[in-house]
Amino acid sequence: MRLDVHLCALVGTPPVSAFLHQLASGLALGGVYAIMALALVMIFQATQLVNFAQGEMAMFSTYFAWRLIDLGWPYWRAFAVTVIVSFFGGIALERIVVRPFANAPALASVIVFIGLALIFNALAGWLYGYSVTDFPTPFDGPPWFGQRYLSAHESGAILVSLVVLAAVYAFFRFTSLGLAMRAAAQNPTSSRLLGVRVGWMLALGWGLAAAIGAIAGMMAAPIVYLDPNMMAGILLYAFAGAVLGGIDNPFGAAFGGFAVGVLENLMGAYVVGSEVKLSVALAIIVGVLAWRPSGLFGRRIVARV
Amino acid sequence: MITRRSLLRSGAAAAAALAGARAARAETPGVSDTEIRIGQTMPYSGPASAYGVIGKADLAYFTMINDMGGINGRRVTLISLDDGYSPPKTVEQTRRLVEQEGVAFLFNSLGTAPCAAVRQYLNDNRIPQLFCATGASLFADPKSFPWTMGWQPNYRTEAGIFGKYIARTKPDAKVAILTQNDGFGKDYLIGLKDGLGPERVGQIVAAATYETSEPTVDSQIVTLQGSGADVFVIAATPKFAAQAIRKAYDVGWTPLRLVTDVSQSIASVMKPAGVDKAKGVVTAVYGKDPTDARWADDPGFKAYAEFIAKYMSPKDLIDSNAVYGFGATATMVQVLRQCGGDLTRENVMRQAASLKDFVLPMTLPGISINTSADNFTPIRQEQLATFDGQGWRLFGELLAG
Repeated sequence: MRLDVHLCALVGTPPVSAFLHQLASGLALGGVYAIMALALVMIFQATQLVNFAQGEMAMFSTYFAWRLIDLGWPYWRAFAVTVIVSFFGGIALERIVVRPFANAPALASVIVFIGLALIFNALAGWLYGYSVTDFPTPFDGPPWFGQRYLSAHESGAILVSLVVLAAVYAFFRFTSLGLAMRAAAQNPTSSRLLGVRVGWMLALGWGLAAAIGAIAGMMAAPIVYLDPNMMAGILLYAFAGAVLGGIDNPFGAAFGGFAVGVLENLMGAYVVGSEVKLSVALAIIVGVLAWRPSGLFGRRIVARV
Repeated sequence: MITRRSLLRSGAAAAAALAGARAARAETPGVSDTEIRIGQTMPYSGPASAYGVIGKADLAYFTMINDMGGINGRRVTLISLDDGYSPPKTVEQTRRLVEQEGVAFLFNSLGTAPCAAVRQYLNDNRIPQLFCATGASLFADPKSFPWTMGWQPNYRTEAGIFGKYIARTKPDAKVAILTQNDGFGKDYLIGLKDGLGPERVGQIVAAATYETSEPTVDSQIVTLQGSGADVFVIAATPKFAAQAIRKAYDVGWTPLRLVTDVSQSIASVMKPAGVDKAKGVVTAVYGKDPTDARWADDPGFKAYAEFIAKYMSPKDLIDSNAVYGFGATATMVQVLRQCGGDLTRENVMRQAASLKDFVLPMTLPGISINTSADNFTPIRQEQLATFDGQGWRLFGELLAG
């Protein structure tokens, strides 16, 4: 049966058109993975840990936006308020829940992250129910640029992911705050001696991650629909993308997100069929990491012993 | 092959046979002169908690029956425990029901994986597992599991109805199918092939699957479109069914779309997909839609509405899960009535398998429940309906899978 499927894909409708459709829907979802990967990078930059609650935090922010829009708020105002509230929510979370474990082993932090993920998931289910609802997009109307492969929302989501990437890159590259954040993560002791408030840098990392995650959630929801489990799969792919590109490099992580989205679609459509496409995509990632352990664009860390 | 397990089982059977005469006269666990105690597991928490309403409706229905004097002078006590839709917990809770609470049998426990997890245990101990709330065909296998029975039309039955409909109305159809990569999806593909018949199986030109962990099925839809199919069968849960309907429309693919009854909710499938995009989708229905105005004066609907008003909360009226619990419990009550004074587990199972032309208030006119020693699928009939942008419009005759 699987053989039939991709033979048909090659001979049925014009293959070029089918290929472009696969590419486009891969890019659109890849954009969401890319934003999510950037959120992971934020916390990784600050703590050298991967926040497994990132997806559920983003989902919770998206529900918040949905409530505001439901109350009659215009989309962009709800969008902005959600991003700001998520930013402060992220800081509060770091201060109240994560901070007490600052000196605990990494595994303790991981358990805290998993606990947070479960709590946000259950909380959203309790507050809003588990049924699937649609979520509005600001990019309504006919497809952009006269093409027919990307819907207006998909084009918009890709655009937003590029804007977020540019903003994150500029923040780390050109602002002293970004520099201080990187310093606090890489060498907390020296940073502290130089007057960087290391604790607050970590909180800031959480705040920014929560804000970026909220954007990812709001871009994903019109595609995958809003429900408490909407981000579980997305976080997995975003994590794979971040690791593939290099989780300490915003550009690499975003590139990885796009790559995973496209790779997964093309694998499923043309190479192995839909049943094992996820496994193959992940196998390729493992292969790349065996060759370049810190990711395609990651910085190789050499420790002096 | 003689295994330790089969030796144990035959030992247990021999012991049961010796004790048989005495056990029949002595009481069945959970049954006294004034009470019948039964149990179930329900996902009151976790990802499938929307179905918890079924358990609440079951409980409410037995409250109503008890208020009316019970069944043959006995009150029914249903112990409904939360398993969070997690099979290991189902095992734990089911054993608790059997071994500590001493229930007579299990009724309407919910979920394919949860029910499958305790099927062997209940059959080994000869405890009825009645009216499992799932559409998987593995609960309609009286030869291997004579103590287990489903209730609703199972996925194979429904896919068979679709297959026959395609063969009759579009004999030259090229069929594409999207299925969830698990028992649900596999059942569906088998049923579709059965319904199409051996000479038409080749007309299934494309089949794609998805994992529930995937964010979207957009890529699968593009692939299926590429097959040039003019019939599209969607065997997916609500989120993915909505994505499939929307994406097919967006890429300009306009086949005849047939959607499983798992995903016929207007609120959580047709609306998210876009009601304009979903116009023309066909599904199979066996129950009366409580939101459909045509049933307003129907005596069956009135009985249901009265039950909701008195024993549940007003918001449950339009919940199809409440309709489900209402119907399943009414069937259970009929079985217990047929049992008369003999409430042994054997007789409960025998009566469950001898329902004859039993009609429920909230199934479509003409549908009746029939079971026999080799038919463990109580509801086998469905009628096709098409989505007109607002609701489901029934058409054609009742069909059996």
